[in-house]
Amino acid sequence: MKSLFTTIKKAAPAAAFTLALAGGTALQGCSSGPGEGSATAAGVASDAAQAVYVAPGKHDEYYSFLSGGFNGQMSVYGLPSGRLLKIIPVFTQHGENGYGYSEESKAMLNTSHGFVPWDDLHHPKLSRTNGMTDGRWLFANGNNTPRVARVDLSTFETVEIMEIPNSAGNHCSPYPTDNNEYVIAGTRFSVPLDMKGGTADVSMDEYKDKFRGSISFIKVDQEKGDMELDFQILVPGFDYDLANGGKGPSSDWVFFTTYNTERSGTLKELGASQNDRDYLAAVNWKLAAKYAAEGKAKEMPAYYYHNKMDKDSHIAKSTIKKSVRYLLPEDCPGMMYLIPAPKSPHGIDVDPSGEHMVVSGKLAATIPVFSFSKMQEAIKNKSFDGEINGIPVFKYESVLKAEVPEPGLGPLHTEFDGKGNAYTSMFVSSEIVKWKLSDFTVVDRMPVYYSVGHLMIPGGDTHTPDGKYLVAMNKITKDRYLPTGPELAHSAQLIDISGEKMRMLLDFPTVAEPHYAQAIKADRVAPNSVKFYDLAKNKHPYAVKKESDASVTREGNIVRVKMTAIRSHMTPDNIEGVQVGDTVLFHVTNLEQDWDVPHGFAVMGANTAETLIMPGATQTLRWVPKKDGVFPFYCTDFCSALHQEMQGYIRVSPKGSKVPISFSTGKKKPAA
Amino acid sequence: MKAYHKVLMLIASLSLGLLFLFPMWKIYLKAPQYPEGLEMHIWVNQIAGNSDGAIQNFNILNHYIGMEPIHADSFAELRIMPYIVIFFIVAGIVVALLGKRKLVLGWTVLLMVAGAAGILDFYLWLNKFGTNLDPSAPIKVPGMTYVPPLLGSKQLLNFDALSLPALGSLGIGLAILLAGLVYYFSRSTAQVKTAEKVTA
Repeated sequence: MKSLFTTIKKAAPAAAFTLALAGGTALQGCSSGPGEGSATAAGVASDAAQAVYVAPGKHDEYYSFLSGGFNGQMSVYGLPSGRLLKIIPVFTQHGENGYGYSEESKAMLNTSHGFVPWDDLHHPKLSRTNGMTDGRWLFANGNNTPRVARVDLSTFETVEIMEIPNSAGNHCSPYPTDNNEYVIAGTRFSVPLDMKGGTADVSMDEYKDKFRGSISFIKVDQEKGDMELDFQILVPGFDYDLANGGKGPSSDWVFFTTYNTERSGTLKELGASQNDRDYLAAVNWKLAAKYAAEGKAKEMPAYYYHNKMDKDSHIAKSTIKKSVRYLLPEDCPGMMYLIPAPKSPHGIDVDPSGEHMVVSGKLAATIPVFSFSKMQEAIKNKSFDGEINGIPVFKYESVLKAEVPEPGLGPLHTEFDGKGNAYTSMFVSSEIVKWKLSDFTVVDRMPVYYSVGHLMIPGGDTHTPDGKYLVAMNKITKDRYLPTGPELAHSAQLIDISGEKMRMLLDFPTVAEPHYAQAIKADRVAPNSVKFYDLAKNKHPYAVKKESDASVTREGNIVRVKMTAIRSHMTPDNIEGVQVGDTVLFHVTNLEQDWDVPHGFAVMGANTAETLIMPGATQTLRWVPKKDGVFPFYCTDFCSALHQEMQGYIRVSPKGSKVPISFSTGKKKPAA
Repeated sequence: MKAYHKVLMLIASLSLGLLFLFPMWKIYLKAPQYPEGLEMHIWVNQIAGNSDGAIQNFNILNHYIGMEPIHADSFAELRIMPYIVIFFIVAGIVVALLGKRKLVLGWTVLLMVAGAAGILDFYLWLNKFGTNLDPSAPIKVPGMTYVPPLLGSKQLLNFDALSLPALGSLGIGLAILLAGLVYYFSRSTAQVKTAEKVTA
């Protein structure tokens, strides 16, 4: 293997690519069955089945949260079984439960660009206490229309989404500091800022002069988790790719990989790949916060949305923020430095000790490891090699600790096991490579199928990793599963990393495209999981808490139905007096106070999704009937033995009809 | 009666206070889809369960078989019983202070009668709820009634019902037991006193 890599290293990258592909083809020759995955059983531990078997009725040891990538959602899997437990809707409308469709949740997807019902979710990050994941919240980025979301892990629901101004391609996001003091988000695309909260109308030829990046510092309420954009740093117009917080001695710092330091505005695959070295940006966030607090921050007009779900009414409300504070690195000495890093670096990962900053340069032949203590020395000795926008640039050698030789091809991301080992994903050579932090030598390799992106070890990005399992998230699956036409699932592979040698345990298809993931011991989340909402605490303005309070009222051309649902009927279930063109609002309250008894609600012809109502909650479905007649509605979640009977009718009369509003269940009530 | 008899009698009457701290009786329901169990707790002054929604959940399940919904308001007993218990506690304390053996016996017998009446009343309620079913109920099993057991377990369709006295009832048992002991142990004192009277 080693000699192969020496050869490859010397050859041009294109040749390496060909070699890797040729290797894959050769392996496919030995597939075990017609059309089945190459190297099906190669490297699979002999006791793999036993190691991942979670018997019926037993629970998994870990929750893992895999981002959904281009589906804009988050998938929750149990580990080690790889069983899918839930899809949490975050940035995308979810017909399954009405998220983003119901009147209550729509506002979650409001942005300064209007209602944006989709995004590209890359990086989930668990909230932290003392540098350890605490199981309270999960932060996630929306890449396309820059947003950061917060999921509450007591309900597994998205409770907050904040738009990020002066950003484009919110990829370098979100990175919580050790105690959630800040969640930090960098822009992948630099854009010409008009300094009024938007992008300026300039020619792309002016990229070098006019384009700037931004790094946003979102303050997090320590108790409630509520986010607030405290300030931004306006940085040189590079592409900010990924970030990672320091630990221990480096915990005041956050590191960002950058590429396109060439500041090319077109054909970036070439234009951004010209410099042999781009930069790792080091930002002292504590100092930045101090500068901002001490009045170094300037203010500019802005326009961005902040959407919050109220926990008692389950109604999302949007607020529009109209200004943002910003710092300029040139005004803030000691706040930001640039470390030269080989060729368009992708992942930056700081080891649990906080000393080593590992940079995975996707086009680089080695993995450079920088030293935090050397960086401190270099700052003291001013071992700089010029500056950019007033930001000092270190000499490469003055901060470099070592380079991991011959790691493989296309290193992307690194995580740690807390036992002195680092694991790096290799996109091009499709493998996970284990290497030692003590002498920076590779000690083990595990092939993965195919083209791994991120990898994840529970707590592997914190100062206390739980080095039992590693999950590799692969971009290409081809022959790994039964074919499903041109569009195939991505995959996750579970690897046992508890011993000297890695052992392949399990391979499971994933929903959409997981980029990054997080995992946490189940006992830090499960005990807080809410079973149902307390009806007595429901503060929805149109909730009805008992059947006798159910009503139908007309307010102009709005007909408000305050409905209750309980096994196995809805009250009212006969409604009359609605006219064509009315806006009918069904406010359905689920009166159940028991575990796992949601009721769903759908009405024929409604131009929206059903709404799924958890016990004790109220959700609203909006319906504008377009023609007269009688329209059935029903419960969409199989709630009980008489679920099929849980249905009703609403009569729609022509506009101007004399049919009065009336409603009933069981027996007729007098007209209201 | 010696001092310790009086103390025991005092404890006997005060142990009835357990009725205000714990349910008298518990009915446990188990079914495959209720792994966490569903419990009805009958107190001296309320009907509750193992969760806030327990009674609503009982009523939801029961409405399919046409059982009348259970509401604490519909039981006059729950309003009267606390006063009866308080009466027994106060009377017990008075008996302890007076130290009259015959009063101890009277108190004990009366408490036993009251306890028996309570159990009988409970039995009648179980019967009423279990047999008085709405003829238009969605689920009708010919010949089937749904009287939960007074004591022990019984299969009711998909539910395994188990009925047991709870800690509150232990208070009554303890009161009867202790008062009985006082009556029994104070026998010699009484005899001595009689003997003293004879010799005098």
